[in-house]
Parts: sequence; structure tokens; C-alpha cells
Amino acid sequence: MATTKIYLYPIWIRLWHVLNALMFILLIFTGLWLRYAAAESGFISFNVAVGIHNVCAIIVTINYGVFVIGNMISGNGKYYRKWRKNLMPKLWKQFHFYAIGIFKNEPHPFPITKKQKFNPLQKISYVLAMYLGMPLLIISGIGLMFPERISTSIFKISGLVFYDALHVIIGFVLSLFLLIHLYTCTLGDKPGTLFKSMINGYHEEHE
Amino acid sequence: MTNPTRILPLLLLAISVNLMGQTDDSTKLKPSYFEVNDYVEDNEYCLRCHGEVKFVIEDPETGRSTTEHMCPDRNIDRDAFYTGVHKAFACTDCHSYDYTTFPHAIATRLEEQFVCMDCHGYDETFAKYHFEEIEVEFEESIHHIEGFTCWKCHNPHSYRAFMRNSQDLQEAILYDNNMCLNCHANFNRFTLLTDRDEIVVVESHDWLPNQAAHFKKVRCIECHTEINDSILIAHKILPKTQAVQRCTECHSKDSRLMHTLYKFQSIEKRKGGFLNGIMINNSYVIGANQNIWLNRLSLLAFGATLLVILFHIYLRTRKQKKS
Repeated sequence: MATTKIYLYPIWIRLWHVLNALMFILLIFTGLWLRYAAAESGFISFNVAVGIHNVCAIIVTINYGVFVIGNMISGNGKYYRKWRKNLMPKLWKQFHFYAIGIFKNEPHPFPITKKQKFNPLQKISYVLAMYLGMPLLIISGIGLMFPERISTSIFKISGLVFYDALHVIIGFVLSLFLLIHLYTCTLGDKPGTLFKSMINGYHEEHE
Repeated sequence: MTNPTRILPLLLLAISVNLMGQTDDSTKLKPSYFEVNDYVEDNEYCLRCHGEVKFVIEDPETGRSTTEHMCPDRNIDRDAFYTGVHKAFACTDCHSYDYTTFPHAIATRLEEQFVCMDCHGYDETFAKYHFEEIEVEFEESIHHIEGFTCWKCHNPHSYRAFMRNSQDLQEAILYDNNMCLNCHANFNRFTLLTDRDEIVVVESHDWLPNQAAHFKKVRCIECHTEINDSILIAHKILPKTQAVQRCTECHSKDSRLMHTLYKFQSIEKRKGGFLNGIMINNSYVIGANQNIWLNRLSLLAFGATLLVILFHIYLRTRKQKKS
């Protein structure tokens, strides 16, 4: 079986990705801990959870800056552009593949190439997650970190309630994204193929 | 020899006490005072001196006069008095009528003063305030030391029952905390009652995240008293070692704040699906204010996603087995 290798993930992307993943997992864990804290819960104390959450949030924010700037100055940004062209038919095609085609050994409708790193579903979800979800999550998180600085009232509700609701909802949606992202990463040629790519930088295609 | 009883009125006249700007006394009396008190003019007899930071003593015989400063502890703010809980009182309701003579006789000054319980204790009129329980709590409190009385926190000349009556919880919290900080942030006052080292409140609370937000949104007694469900404001101030330091006491579904700060606000004006919704009118407490609908929706979304993934895994596994 011939294997073709495409170098798709430069070292800075891989380092950014692993740091983002680790911090995000810690943020989800501590975020849930703070949200559903019980008076008697004793695994970690509330203020330790706040501390970990804040430190991870600062690292993720700086790391996000690295991602945005990196995409601007390297060629990686091009993979996130032109996502709207023929969006619906492409999304349907990809969805159909995941739902049915994959079980019939149909060929991948959008095979990975040097020019096309993401399939349409990946592309739109990454664009929404990284360029809409993350900024909102970071802004609302900064607001919660400095509650005395935010407006007391936004859209006729408490500023804190607004920021917290936004933070929790976006955080939850991105957590679901992470879950789906992790699962779809097992849909390569073998369950571990795509994870391996994120370690060595090469996408492997078995023919 | 001159009869002293004959010269006493002359003496009193001679040592007439005038206030700075005495002629403007009437301008100090606001119409609102007369609305709440029938003895405003009688009270002015005392407040001519005790309502001012300084006063002038004149001797008409010699024409000599001197300006005296009123001791801050003896100074009464008219506005505060006529808006306080005792706003309807005449000074002589609590203080001996003998104080109407000046200089005040030493025997008068040595008279035992009323304490809260003399009027408020064991009286059906005040039963709903549970003063007897408050007294028991105070006696078990760290404040139960020589020289410490109710007056130290509840100045009878200005105290307002803010927590019970205020429409603005923020204002009530500020008022209550200032009662504590009056001594705990003023070492000169603090040291009058104790030999302990100075407490620097900001430093001793440096472990508290978002310290300013906490100081603004909750009262000191939220953490420094033992919860008592039968009285509005707990009075058993605990030693600092027993103060609440575990965040989840408040930042949790069963928030302590519902038994302290929000205890008597039974009508939850803005519940809207939030746990402990009454808090949201004043502040937002992470952990305590979860939205029930968001909780349910998130569980549903998470469960559905997981089910789809598990079903997909099942189909993949079945396909693999077949091939």
C-alpha cells in the first residue's frame, strides 16, 4: 500500500495546537468546577480553581494572539478563507459522507491536499470557533476577570449576568466543538492517523 | 455671704453658651425635622452646642469669651438624628432633665446611661426584632468585651435600620460595612477598646479574589458571623480564625448568602429561571446563580452529541466487523 505524505502542520501550528488543547481542557474542567461548585466539594478549592482558570485563560489568550498573527504572516491563514463559496452544497456533501458515505467506503468528497487542508465542515466550524467563538470567549472572560470594570447594565440586564451568560454559553459550545473535533479526528484512514499528523506534521494518505 | 442658690441663675446667665453663628440657628432647622419630631425646638437647647463642632462660651460680666471644640463623641449630626431610628425623640427622653443646666453637673454626668435593652428588651412592641436573641448572640460574640456596648456600632443618635427598610441593597451594604470599618479601619477608635495590633483590612483580606467587588457587594458579617435563621442580622461575631474562607460557602447552589444577606427578601423579584434569583437584583455570584434552563439545555445538547457519536462509533465498528 503506497503512502503519500503532505507536510501540512508546521512546528508553530503544532505547538500552538497542543498548548491550546491542554489549556482548553483545564479551562473546561475548572470552569465546570466553578459553575457547579458545591459547598462541600473538596477535590480542589474554589479559589485554586479560579487561579488555574485565570492562568490558563491568560495563556490561551496570548496563544490566540500567536494563532491570529501566525495566520497573518504565514501561509496558514489561507486555509480559513473563502469558506462561504457554495457553502451549503459543500456542507451537505461532507455531512452526507460522514453520515452515510463513510459506511459505504465512498471516496472522501474533499480529500486533503496541500491546497485544501480542511473539508467544508471543518473549515466553517474552525472559522466560527476561532474567529467568532474565541474572541467572544476571551472578551467575556476578561470582563469576568475584572468585574468592577464592566458596565453595570447591558441590554437592560446586569452586566455581570450578560458577560457570564455569554462566557458560559460560548464556553459550552466550544466544549461541544472539542468533543466533536476529537471524534472526527478518529475518522482518518486509521483512528490514530490524524492525531499522528498533529505530532509529526505530516498528513498521511494510504492508497 | 451670698446665697449660692441666688447666684446660680445669674451664673448660668453669665456663662451663657453661644454657638458660632448662633443668630442663624433657625436656618439649621429643616422643615423635615418638624415632620418627624415634636420637640425640635426643645432639642435645640442641647444641639446649640452638641449639634456643632465648636461653640463659644461668653462671660457677660467680663466680656471674655472662648471657643471650645465639641468632642466628636458628644457631637450630634442633626440630619442623621432626625432620620435615625430615634428621630421622634426629645433629648430628655433618654438623657436626664438635669442636662438642661450648663455646665452639666458631675453627678448628672455620672448617671448611668440607658442601654438598648432597657427600652427594647422583653417588650411585646419590639418582639419581632428578637432583641433578646440579639443580646444572647452579642454575649457569645468576640465583641463581648469590657466597654463594648450596642452603641459602639449602633449610634443611637444616627442609627438607621437600613437592612430592614432600605430599597437599595447596595446602600444598605455600604452602611453596614461602614459600621465595622468605623473601628476596624480607624486604629484610634479601635485601640480604645482593645490592645490588639492594628488590623489592615485590605491586607488581611488579600487572599480574597476581586476584593473590591466583594467589599462592595456583601457585608463583613456575611463571613464573620454565625448564621442565625431567626434574627435578621446575625450578631455573633466570630474570631477571625472561624471566619468563612471557603469560597463555595457562597459560590454554590446552596449559597450562604441566601441565609444571610438575602434572608428576608422572600419575594424573588427577578427569578427568571435562576437559582437564588434574588441575588441577581444586586450582584451576580458565580456558582450560586445558575440558570436552570441553561443547565437543562446544556445537558440535553451534550447528551445528544454524545449519543450521535456513540451511534457513529457503533456503525463504524459494525462495518469494520463485516469487512
